Amino acid sequence: MNSDKIRAVIAKHARLSVDAQTLADDSDLYEAGLTSLTTVNLMLALEDAFDIEFPDNKLGRKTFESIRSISEVLSEIAGA
Amino acid sequence: MSTFTSDHHADLPAVLETLHAIGRDIVAPNAESVDREARFPTEAFAALKAQKYLSCYVPVEYGGMGLNVTDVTRMCEVLGQYCASTAMVFAMHQIQVACIVDHALGAPFFQAYAREMVAQQHLIASATTELGIGGDVRSSLCAVVVEGDRFTLEKQAPVISYGAMADAILVTCRKNADASPSDQAQVLVRRSDVTLTRLAPWDALGFRGTCSEGFSLKSSGAAEQILPVPYADIHRRTMHPFAHCVWSSLWLGLATDAVQRARTAVRAEARKNPSVTPISATRLAEVDNVLFSMRGGIRQTVAEYQRVLDDPSSDAASGFAFAIAINSLKLTSSQLVVDIVGKAMLICGIAGYRNDSKLTLGRHLRDAYGAALMVNNDRILGQSATMQIVQR
Repeated sequence: MNSDKIRAVIAKHARLSVDAQTLADDSDLYEAGLTSLTTVNLMLALEDAFDIEFPDNKLGRKTFESIRSISEVLSEIAGA
Repeated sequence: MSTFTSDHHADLPAVLETLHAIGRDIVAPNAESVDREARFPTEAFAALKAQKYLSCYVPVEYGGMGLNVTDVTRMCEVLGQYCASTAMVFAMHQIQVACIVDHALGAPFFQAYAREMVAQQHLIASATTELGIGGDVRSSLCAVVVEGDRFTLEKQAPVISYGAMADAILVTCRKNADASPSDQAQVLVRRSDVTLTRLAPWDALGFRGTCSEGFSLKSSGAAEQILPVPYADIHRRTMHPFAHCVWSSLWLGLATDAVQRARTAVRAEARKNPSVTPISATRLAEVDNVLFSMRGGIRQTVAEYQRVLDDPSSDAASGFAFAIAINSLKLTSSQLVVDIVGKAMLICGIAGYRNDSKLTLGRHLRDAYGAALMVNNDRILGQSATMQIVQR
């Protein structure tokens, strides 16, 4: 799991209303204040931090709803 | 909901014909005093209620007319030709009705409320913007507080259009005291349960009859008055697209009337020398061409939204492509309406510029400038800009 690195990107770019360090891997990021627009900022920051590009079919709410779901998609992309 | 309404809805041409008659006989004769006195269009709404048009979007099984969004946009377009303030109040009310009809009719309270709304022809207002937040309707400071089966809710609203005249108000707020600003709910507040303290009067350049005063709102009620789905879903599927479709349509009505006044001016001029087509006729052809573009964009986007609503399994409303299309509708229509009224003014000349002539366009021009500001175009363009980065 690269959840600490993801958490750091979230802290810097997702503009949440809570401290990202308090988020569990399964916390709902949309309940924590992520919106469809700030998802774009988060996505761009993740692409930059992990040097990857999200494929179109992963650009949905499901990918970004928790640290765990982001981590799973990142592993999937890295393994592809 | 609209899947069965498309089969059962009332005869739209007959509705539009009645609406034109109401427009000519009641709305237009009062438009000038509504504008000058910045007063609520009481006469128009008495006539609309008499026809049960306030519940036209309510499904037939709840006593409504079962009209769909396409029909409602056509009604707004007709009303916009007679008085844009009247059309705007009608449009904003229908947006609130749609939030309930499209999202809350699974709940017994709202099933009963739908019937009540039809029987009593309730007028429903909206409290979205909030002091300390500005115009971002997807963020709230205030929160609904539920204790047992009751709620309390307080909101400082810089604008609640026709709030003082409404029978109920739909209020956006955080879903509880611990929720983040974007984790919102929408609550139906009844006039009998609300205290409204005026914060700001409404003395604006245009849309003066919408009486968009600011209020401090204090309310309570039954917990079942909270709409049963997150506001994020209501916003995506109804509030955002429905609002821009009905608003653009009433601006189209306003623009259509401005072009009609220009045509009257051109015809009077052409009569003086029937063998020569006046230069103003070329200008008329030009402005009608802009009107054609405006109408085309609106019809196409409304049709796209209707397809989304008619397919309950469709997830298109969640996609950026749809949100961008709706934003483009708003941006384009709000700019074209100013362009069209300005061009019509040039054709009508001094008769359009005067406040006391039959061809006056002063109210049209002042109303038209409001279009870009209600949900500021810069905010909308900014959101589209973010979405454009990932849109393919």
